[in-house]
Amino acid sequence: MPRYARPSTPDEAIALLAEGGWTILAGGTDFYPAQGARPIRDDILDIGAIEALRGIREDKGDIVIGAATSWTEIVRARLPMAFDALKAAAREVGSVQIQNTGTIAGNLCNASPAADGVPALLVLDAEVELASTRGIRRLPLRDFVLGNRRTARAADELVTAIRVPTASAAGRSSFFKLGARRYLVISIAMAAVRVETDLQGRIARCAIAVGACSAVARRLERLEADLVGRPADAAALGVIGERHFDGLAPIDDVRASAVYRMEAAREIVGRALADAFGTTAGQGVAA
Amino acid sequence: MSFTPVPIAFELNGAPVSVTTSPVARLSSVLRDDLGWTGTKVGCDAGDCGACTVLVDGEPVCACLMSVAQVGSRKITTVEGLANGSLSAVQEAFLRHGAAQCGICTPGFLVAATALLERNPTPCEAEVEDALGGVLCRCTGYRKIVEAVMSAHLPDRYHNQLLPDAGHAVGAALPRLDGRPKVTGEERFGADVRPADALSVAVIRSPHWHASFAFGDLEGYVAAHPGLVAVYTSRDIPGENRFGVIPAYADQPALADGIARFRGEAVAVVAGERQAVEALDIRDFPVIWTELSHALDVASALGAKPVHASRPGNVLVAGVVERGDAEAALAASHMVVTGEIETAYVEHAYIEPEAGFAAMDGDTLVITACTQSPFMDRDDTAKVLGLAPEKVRIVPTATGGGFGSKLDLSVQPLIGLVALKTGRPAALTYSRAESMMSTTKRHPGSMRASIGADADGRITGMVFEGDFNTGAYASWGPTVAVRVPVHASGPYFTPNYRATGRAIHSNGPISGAFRGFGVPQAAVMQETLYDELAVTLGMDRLDFRLVNALRDGQTTVAGQEMESGVGIVACLEALKPVWQRALAEAARINRDDRTVRRGIGVASCWYGCGNTGIPNPSTIRLGITQAGELVLHQGAVDIGQGSNTVITQIAADALGVPLAAIRIEGADTSVTPDAGKTSGSRQTYITGKAAEKSGRALRETILRAANVSQAATLSLEAGAIVVTEGEARRRIELSTLSENAHGYVLMAEESYDPPTVPLGPRGQGKPYAVYGYGAQIVELDVDTRLGTVKLVRITAAHDVGRAINPLLAEGQIEGGIAQGIGMALMEDYVPGRTENLHDYLIPTIGDVPPIDTILVEVPDPEGPFGAKGLGEHVLIPTAPAILNAIRDATGALVTRLPATPSRVLAAIRGRG
Ligand SMILES: Cc1cc2nc3c(=O)[nH]c(=O)nc-3n(C[C@H](O)[C@H](O)[C@H](O)COP(=O)(O)OP(=O)(O)OC[C@H]3O[C@@H](n4cnc5c(N)ncnc54)[C@H](O)[C@@H]3O)c2cc1C
Ligand code: FES
Ligand code: FES
Repeated sequence: MPRYARPSTPDEAIALLAEGGWTILAGGTDFYPAQGARPIRDDILDIGAIEALRGIREDKGDIVIGAATSWTEIVRARLPMAFDALKAAAREVGSVQIQNTGTIAGNLCNASPAADGVPALLVLDAEVELASTRGIRRLPLRDFVLGNRRTARAADELVTAIRVPTASAAGRSSFFKLGARRYLVISIAMAAVRVETDLQGRIARCAIAVGACSAVARRLERLEADLVGRPADAAALGVIGERHFDGLAPIDDVRASAVYRMEAAREIVGRALADAFGTTAGQGVAA
Repeated sequence: MSFTPVPIAFELNGAPVSVTTSPVARLSSVLRDDLGWTGTKVGCDAGDCGACTVLVDGEPVCACLMSVAQVGSRKITTVEGLANGSLSAVQEAFLRHGAAQCGICTPGFLVAATALLERNPTPCEAEVEDALGGVLCRCTGYRKIVEAVMSAHLPDRYHNQLLPDAGHAVGAALPRLDGRPKVTGEERFGADVRPADALSVAVIRSPHWHASFAFGDLEGYVAAHPGLVAVYTSRDIPGENRFGVIPAYADQPALADGIARFRGEAVAVVAGERQAVEALDIRDFPVIWTELSHALDVASALGAKPVHASRPGNVLVAGVVERGDAEAALAASHMVVTGEIETAYVEHAYIEPEAGFAAMDGDTLVITACTQSPFMDRDDTAKVLGLAPEKVRIVPTATGGGFGSKLDLSVQPLIGLVALKTGRPAALTYSRAESMMSTTKRHPGSMRASIGADADGRITGMVFEGDFNTGAYASWGPTVAVRVPVHASGPYFTPNYRATGRAIHSNGPISGAFRGFGVPQAAVMQETLYDELAVTLGMDRLDFRLVNALRDGQTTVAGQEMESGVGIVACLEALKPVWQRALAEAARINRDDRTVRRGIGVASCWYGCGNTGIPNPSTIRLGITQAGELVLHQGAVDIGQGSNTVITQIAADALGVPLAAIRIEGADTSVTPDAGKTSGSRQTYITGKAAEKSGRALRETILRAANVSQAATLSLEAGAIVVTEGEARRRIELSTLSENAHGYVLMAEESYDPPTVPLGPRGQGKPYAVYGYGAQIVELDVDTRLGTVKLVRITAAHDVGRAINPLLAEGQIEGGIAQGIGMALMEDYVPGRTENLHDYLIPTIGDVPPIDTILVEVPDPEGPFGAKGLGEHVLIPTAPAILNAIRDATGALVTRLPATPSRVLAAIRGRG
């Protein structure tokens, strides 16, 4: 007979996880659809009652988002402008119903190439905090999501929080989701950018990430480097070239061709940047 | 093994409830199955449709994705909790705006809208869309839902509106008569009627395109799973294991016999107690598959081994319509354009998966399930189960959308078999995946055509060839092969014509009936070529269509002389001002070289109502009881399109009584005469005509009994009919009359069958007695760097002959357009890949733009009160008008549907 547990503290949860064999259930928005009509035979560790995993707080200047924080809570939270991309992504996750229950850590742990939360968190240099009876460790998000449906989480680890370092909570950000319909749509491609400018209006730091165009969403470091020092205006977009997208490896599927994804990725990165520069009226979402 | 049940208590609609169940059970199933609150619907069990939306502490969530333990001590509100004595404002608004058609999505919308209106009683359109974006509707096209929510705060001006007086029902824009249970959650759909003691049925299906199979130890399997009762296979089928909607082509086994010809084909059923069946992982079922070679598309199927030995070359049926000499006419034309179009499999995606239960009533098998065609279900189920047709009774539940696919059998023979064998009620609700895998689709079409015109822009001739992938079994393939050539000219005078339509077998999903039977696909071919002709000739695209539009007195490509009632010119004329405004706006917008370009497109439709040149009668019975109750036996299944309302309106006016005097007896093969199937846009016209005839006949009987003239008025009182003519007032005491076998003292039962002439060898005849016409203008913006399309507005002019109920007609138009939008821009059923509503995309509330409807009324002498059919017509022009608008915006024609961003951009870049 499968086991079911609904602990109320992280410590109880990790103590159970140490016994092995558990499947973690958070918002269930990835879990139940994957289950389909089959009966559930896994041992279920339901983390929905762990209040400590919910909500957003500050810790030594870092912004810490509890693992079980829902997308709706993120949308409603007061956060610096650097989080606008994350909020925009949150608003595009499925529907209001999905946002009300789906959690941020669930999105990362599910590790879909099209997870909308990943690019927005990559540009915030987010770290994933994992706890087990062996201790606590933090991994940069890029080292946490390893591939399609693969993460660096060990079976006995609980993701407890997503942590954004103070230094990265700066600047303006923007998110662009490209899908084949308006709501409830898995991204064909999406881009998140965060731009910090200096007093002269030049790009001091910038972070750019593209999702659904490779097994794991990727930062475009070369483009970031090439943009630094340029005025944050439409002209800067002129430097964007094919070479900046070398790291992407889009695939053909029912949603779009690889050729299309590559071309669209360039376009939406440009638009997200323009939006973050404030040079165009918000072109948020194309559907 | 399943989870130890735990006691769970929460607050449901203001009252405490407790239940002992698996902690990881989905809240949706606990509400419905354990607690019996079936107002919350399940359309997908995966978060994709929103039908299961409930409020948890006031916030909408999908009950299918929430474990019941997670509810904790929170408060749940379902649709049943919205009315507080009387309907809530938003429930009222849904009724009066016609925002509920079939009603399966309505609970989800109402619940989500209630959460929005709590926070924001006067939301704008964008706020409504954001709040309701998570609920799918396949019937309404969403516009009336948006209107209803936005106006919920307004005083209910209609609340006390009475039903129309005698003689004023036809033409009244009435809310549907059967709407109330749809907004309260009381409506009972196929999955809502399950008796507590019913066995559950699970279906074992082929995971392969084509495979032979052998079963392992079935008895051992049953024995190893306590609670299972039996496994049945083709060997257990008592009758002829072969069904099909067209008897001459019946070829589909209820349970495959040794060979499965498509993925999803049923090979066995497992029956058992509910918990035992729900705990099964059917991947453990003892069956060994041997994969066989398969062909999935027309190109490979044509050369492949036949799917059915009796159909060489995999050609099921080839239809042809030929008039004049098309080749010679093209050769002599001033200009000829040629093109090819490919369309995809399209899934009906009604929000209600097939469901129902079967039970024995004495020696009669009673099947209570959702359907579009009770009598066809009865006859085919009886055949498969070896019963006389009278020994099977079909009781349709409310049907949560059909659009053609619920014409074919689905659950009926399977639950029937279990009930018959075990003597116990047997229930089955398809999962979304099962529904998508195993039921019919719109035929993918591979079409080529050439059309010629003279220097004045008059069509000289057309050649059309279409191959339609009909999948593994016949279903409605023959109908598509015949309907397409009759309609592929569009509603235009085409003196020389040759069109062929072939239905080709493959191992793909079965293609059947889907709103328009192939005509929407063919219209894409013809209407895109019309644009090319017009543009190349330098003519205005609307004028070009007006020049060629069919007129009274002309002869169709099928040799039918159209004496009167041809309404396409009126539709196109009605669109002219919109066309000119839209073109001018587009020119202004596109003046600067912008990334986003405006495009305008137009396309037309015509569509013959009812079967093609073969009989398809409807019968309507009207009876008056001794007590003075007037009963309408209305067998035209209302799958949301509104026949319960429209047929009643017609009957009321024909008889001359107020609408409120009529009680409807719904479709049930044991109490209602056969009104045929709900398909072919036939119910308003054919069943409506039968209702008109019955109404008039009953009126005649009454007037004769009272010995008064036609001018007399009738009224029903308790136990009497009062007939008044001028000063004269006669009372017919009903108690003095004797009851007939049906329990009526006065009764009329009339049938109507359209006067048609079968098609001859060259496809000439009089295939339909009545046609409907329409044309639509699409305004849209194309993002030329992303290939995304944003619809701005659609204007639809449809000639309905006489709008029996303008509100419902508008609802049909908006809903059809939404399906046309899906077909044009996003719907692509890839077998084995998109068997869910996550990957198979249908339009959401944010994808349907404002729709302006112009109801054109060119009366048809044949139709009841001049009415024509409408149901299928409405989606035909949408897809071609969208493609024409994309080409207008970008210069690029997308030739493969759907026109996804990827394909639009490829066409713009010349990679098409
Ligand atoms: C209809 C629909 C639409 C959707 N649309 C989108 C979309 O547009 N964009 C998008 O990105 N996603 C979308 N999703 C996916 C999903 O909603 C998100 O990924 C969501 O954030 C998952 O969170 P959850 O809490 O529901 O995860 P769950 O289903 O509870 O869990 C997902 C996985 O993460 C693991 N997990 C969860 N929490 C933890 C933890 N704290 N520690 C360790 N492991 C954990 C679980 O074991 C499981 O493997 C959609 C889903 C649905 C059903
Ligand atoms: S049934 Fe829950 S979203 Fe479809
Ligand atoms: S009324 Fe919305 S799905 Fe039928």
